[in-house]
Amino acid sequence: MKLLGAVAMLSIAALLSAHSAGAQGTFDRSKPPELGPPPRVSLPPIITRELPNGLKLMIVEQHELPLADFVLLTGSGSTAAPAGKAGIANLVSVMLREGTTSRKSLDIADQISFLGIRLSPTSSWESSTLSLHTPTAQLDSALALFADVALYPSFPPNEFERIRKTQLTDLLQQRDQGPVIASKAFPAILYGNAHPYGAPLEGTEASVKSITTADLQSYYQANFRPNNATLIIVGDVNPAQVEAKINNLFGSWQRGDVPALNYGEPPKASTTTIYLIDKPGAAQSSFRIGAVGVPRSTKDYFALTVMNTILGGSFTSRLNQNLRETRGYTYGAGSRFDMRRSAGPFLASAEIVTAKSDSALIEFMKELKRIREAVPADELSRAKRYLQLQLPGNFETTQQIAAALVPVAQYNLPLDYYNNYVQNVEAVSQADVARVAQQYINPGSLAIVIVGDRKTIEPALKSVNVGPIAIRDISGQPIQ
Amino acid sequence: MAFCYLIVGALSAPVSAQSVPRIQFEKYKLPNGLEVILHEDHSTPIVAVDTWYHVGSGDEQVGRTGFAHLFEHIMFMGSQHVPVGAFDQLLESAGANNNGSTTEDRTNYYETLPSNALPLAMWLDSDRMGFLLPTMDLPKVNLQRDVVKNERRQRVDNQPYGRADEIILAALYPKSHPYSWPVIGSMTDLSAASLTDVQNFFKTYYAPNNATLTIAGDFNPDSVKKMVAQYFGSIPRGPEVKRRVSVPDVVIPRDTFLVLEDKVQLPRLFYTWHSVKGFSRDDAALDILAQIIAGDRNSRLYKRLVYDLQIAQAVSAFQDGSRLDGKFQIDVTPKPGQSVADIDRIVREEIGKVISNGVTPRELQRAKNVYKSSFLNRLASVLGKAEVLNSYNYFVGNPDFVQQDAARYERVSAADVQRVARTYLGRPKIVLTVVPEGKKEMMLTASGGGR
Repeated sequence: MKLLGAVAMLSIAALLSAHSAGAQGTFDRSKPPELGPPPRVSLPPIITRELPNGLKLMIVEQHELPLADFVLLTGSGSTAAPAGKAGIANLVSVMLREGTTSRKSLDIADQISFLGIRLSPTSSWESSTLSLHTPTAQLDSALALFADVALYPSFPPNEFERIRKTQLTDLLQQRDQGPVIASKAFPAILYGNAHPYGAPLEGTEASVKSITTADLQSYYQANFRPNNATLIIVGDVNPAQVEAKINNLFGSWQRGDVPALNYGEPPKASTTTIYLIDKPGAAQSSFRIGAVGVPRSTKDYFALTVMNTILGGSFTSRLNQNLRETRGYTYGAGSRFDMRRSAGPFLASAEIVTAKSDSALIEFMKELKRIREAVPADELSRAKRYLQLQLPGNFETTQQIAAALVPVAQYNLPLDYYNNYVQNVEAVSQADVARVAQQYINPGSLAIVIVGDRKTIEPALKSVNVGPIAIRDISGQPIQ
Repeated sequence: MAFCYLIVGALSAPVSAQSVPRIQFEKYKLPNGLEVILHEDHSTPIVAVDTWYHVGSGDEQVGRTGFAHLFEHIMFMGSQHVPVGAFDQLLESAGANNNGSTTEDRTNYYETLPSNALPLAMWLDSDRMGFLLPTMDLPKVNLQRDVVKNERRQRVDNQPYGRADEIILAALYPKSHPYSWPVIGSMTDLSAASLTDVQNFFKTYYAPNNATLTIAGDFNPDSVKKMVAQYFGSIPRGPEVKRRVSVPDVVIPRDTFLVLEDKVQLPRLFYTWHSVKGFSRDDAALDILAQIIAGDRNSRLYKRLVYDLQIAQAVSAFQDGSRLDGKFQIDVTPKPGQSVADIDRIVREEIGKVISNGVTPRELQRAKNVYKSSFLNRLASVLGKAEVLNSYNYFVGNPDFVQQDAARYERVSAADVQRVARTYLGRPKIVLTVVPEGKKEMMLTASGGGR
């Protein structure tokens, strides 16, 4: 492969020492090899531009293969839904590919396959993305389609009726899946009905039924504005040329006043409670345990990231080691802080064999308490090295680089964010880990959502005695 | 160190306008039989180490289904010089990601590491290749047995429609056929696996002469060869591995209708035909046919069932060509209140149209273009390239096959698509309806049926 366009530069000294380590004459299998210093990494330069209409561009060249990725990131998502219209951001995203002022739904699908591209819309809490992955041989045609879909969607009523039916059937089919029920009930219980993080991204049956094409139009007009968007471009492109193409295609996109997102504080934490949702005959119990966490802007980002790597953010983390590799209760256990504009959830989760639901709950609670105690120095340093040293591997492909730039654009992180990542992780101390664990993980006020076979697991869960058991329906609501 | 043979590069292949780049590589064999494939790529300071053992669930014995995959799990539990738990701890603290996977035909183990950590992967992978058994014990087996049973629960038993596959395989293939059971195996067989089974399986299949080690990424080829020789060269060759080269005939005399009750809201129809093995004459044409039948919004079944009539929620089709045999499958999920009989009528109509009238040039071109760019995408990462090299080396005996593989799809004609539809989808098939519990009457039968 070509050397050009490396996403990271390698120190030659590191290369030599790495290879000599394994090739020396004496050879002792009883100890792991001494490794040379890790390759020095400088992450790719990001070129930034802003069009007169306010559309921001972030361009990274990567010429290894004739491929390019484009991500149009819009700074609005499910939390911008009008009252009663949960799921509208998702439906607007889906509908982008269902017709424009000049292309019908089937024409768009025909072009996507004919060009051999991927054109994928997604939406989240405070953002929506439209992603294009294309061979550069088709760049102009692909970009024309991409811009058409992004800027001129027509929301045809007949296509919307079909998409609505599909969405309603999806919601129906989610009842089959314990893990999905648990993942949806957890935020509903944690945030309640008054906070937008409590509503499912894909909406509810009632909200999806209530949304009209006029609603879609007005959501689109209010939120899809160049001054509310960033276009990330990564791949085998010439920055000046691609900027000119983007100017042509997106230059006439009109600015608009985007309504500010404004939502209040999440509800105060209550004392630890088990919310049990019955899934008769389930082979596993779906555990979702957590609390309201932190916003992405938290000063404790790196301390929390390191702490969570130790708790449940890697294969060798405590939760996975305990629940999977020591006890065999699950195929995998983990935890994460889902950081958003406002405080997203902290969540520990696993799919647990039904018969071990009580034992697993004991172990979960044990680990959530133990992480608040001092973390041994070697465990801390392993977690830090994992975060630091795997960084270059996250910048290998055009798609990975584009994905890494999304939070930079969305949360206004400095452009040298990844270049300082290693030092920022390094600066996290044992005291920092203990402090953030004690501050953000409180075993006395957790929402423990468990979806499983109630008649088998309820008595056992009760005997664990971590808190009262409240029976909820599949949406996480109290049963009337 | 002398190498048995050395191939640098290989044949050139027809190249189309937007060509798939060739992967430069070097292949050689150690005296103990270990095949080594090296591919340099310095664009990112990382390296992928990808070992393929030539054994899969198709090599399992009756009563031990799921064993090859269980064994894969056990390979992460440490070896003579690597204590339990150290395998993942050392890799993660070196910034590596690692995993493994098992199919009917092969088992792979891979790490992606910063380039300075390559010796660590060599040490760990050579230790489990050469020294797994001295510290192997029943607690290790029991622990991973529980993990794998939970993997099965998560992927199969607690998954809507999850058990369809094992029902279909058992109906499609005779009992003596190596693909007649699923890779994950049965709970009973997983329970039966013993420490002796682990020891025998290791001695039979996990020898250097039954493996290919592919290293792709940022390394110096001279020193990496020395390193490979040092870590792997002293592992003794094992007995010659005898694997199946043929499979029993698959005979499906007439359409067979099956039903499975599951905890689901909606029924789902699974049509399965016996087809051909991977890389055989009609394999690419069947892939193209699947794309034309259900690959996108304009595909025959999607457009009729999901887009126009809106009586189905989802439809998919695929050709599954493995080392020894293959199958072609179509799945359709009706929308609430729609009968599987109505769905079935349209499915038969649309397949009939392809058989009678063939496909349009546009349909063919779209499907080919989807495949063309998929080849490019597989080469984006060093692990992707290691997998491509290993896969071609294993299935066609030549790592340098990506351009020839792309050319297989480029060569498919409209007549080929029509012919394979007639040949394979004209055959009797297995039709499984998964129905909501207590609703057996919803199944599709020979006379239609199904409410």
